[in-house]
Amino acid sequence: MRPLLAALGLLLAWEGFVRWSGTPPFLLPAPIRVATVLAERWDILAGHAVTTATEILLGLLIGTLLGIAVALLLTAWRGGRRWLLPLLIASQAIPVFAIAPLLTLWLGFGAASKVAMATIIIFFPVATAFYDGLRRTEPGWLDLAATMGASRTAALWRIRVPAALPALASGLRVAAAVAPIGAVVGEWVGASSGLGYVMLQANGRSQTDMMFAALAILAAMAMALWFATDRLLRALLPWQPDALSEHDGGTP
Amino acid sequence: MAPGLGVSLPEIRLGGRAVLSAATLDFAGGKVTALLGPSGVGKSTLLRLLAGLLPLPAGARVAPADGAPLAGRVAWMGQQDLLLPWLTLLDNVCLGARLRGERPDQPRARALIAAVGLEGREGARPAELSGGMRQRAALARTLMEDRPFVLMDEPFSAVDAPTRHRLQSLAAGLLHGRTVLLVTHDPLEALRLAHRILVLRPGPRGAVPEDLPMPPAPPLRAAHDPAVLAAQAALLERLAEAA
Repeated sequence: MRPLLAALGLLLAWEGFVRWSGTPPFLLPAPIRVATVLAERWDILAGHAVTTATEILLGLLIGTLLGIAVALLLTAWRGGRRWLLPLLIASQAIPVFAIAPLLTLWLGFGAASKVAMATIIIFFPVATAFYDGLRRTEPGWLDLAATMGASRTAALWRIRVPAALPALASGLRVAAAVAPIGAVVGEWVGASSGLGYVMLQANGRSQTDMMFAALAILAAMAMALWFATDRLLRALLPWQPDALSEHDGGTP
Repeated sequence: MAPGLGVSLPEIRLGGRAVLSAATLDFAGGKVTALLGPSGVGKSTLLRLLAGLLPLPAGARVAPADGAPLAGRVAWMGQQDLLLPWLTLLDNVCLGARLRGERPDQPRARALIAAVGLEGREGARPAELSGGMRQRAALARTLMEDRPFVLMDEPFSAVDAPTRHRLQSLAAGLLHGRTVLLVTHDPLEALRLAHRILVLRPGPRGAVPEDLPMPPAPPLRAAHDPAVLAAQAALLERLAEAA
């Protein structure tokens, strides 16, 4: 409830500032004007929102699966650490913005280049968080497993992977928060639909209110995605210690 | 009755420092042997060697009295309960079978859970259990492995004194007939539970094991037995000297 009130207060202050200062709408449209555009142009915006949401969700799915696979590979295969880890870090040294035009060139103006972009952005936090979690298994658990005659594979799947799930969950939360960036950057570079495309077009025509409307949808989607991911992870990992201690203070 | 265990070790050095002098130790079958000594003297190293968690140094010999190898016949209980937070109590007790890909013997697990006084809590996760309950769960998990040799590394040091007292009484009954090596810092624990007490005294060439005279009564000894109390005082002084 409190976050909603804070947001409402912010919107009121914004509306008040625009009316008091007489800022022209092409510089800063008031929230009510943005809401009106959002309602009037909803039929157009909704289609673009679906495009972007699809790209984000596909990128999240592929990036997560890829991140999990790489983390497991790095853990299970000793050589992988020496060969793959430097490559993994180097891949993140290249800014996504820089390769966005290349991906568009290779994969076209359709959804593929945006999904690839989102995947690249999502993959890294998932892979590093999960890999870190897999490396930090309580040594006592592994000793216990060894005295019980567990194979390396059994120790990996029954102890190290479940123990690393909370770490994977934090990686997924970060991924859910940054996922929209990849899709929107891709749409900026070259697209024929999507919220990023709408924003670029609206910006070119000084339709700042339309740009804010698209931004509002994008922000709402990003927040919904984050909260959905968070709720899902808390439900799946009820034994996670931070979920117990953090959640005592009421709903966020 | 579990077989005895003969161990002869060369001098063991860890990081250039001698931790255990060359020694030949015989642990009687079906009896509890307590290992005491100052921190860093190599008690845990010895236990980890026997548990197969450290590679045996060249020249070492570990021979159960029945001639069969030791590997795969050892159960281990550590200082922490090491319960897996995502498993229920029942699944934690059955952990060994799950890890080996065997079907867990659930009725036996339930019986052991009842034996350690946790009946009715089978579905509880470790976070819902108190420290003493968790340690009892760890004891049930150790017994579930049903191995003739049991290695215990300060198993009750993390719980408060009255809980420890109750856990010792419980463990003495449940471990009966197994060959137990108990590493502890608590002289009273050793005197209550052990048939024999070895004190590891640090020497220039590593720690030297020394036998301690035991009170006449068999374990589990009463804490108020005058012979136990006298032995406890003597043991305490000896440990203070050794450190």
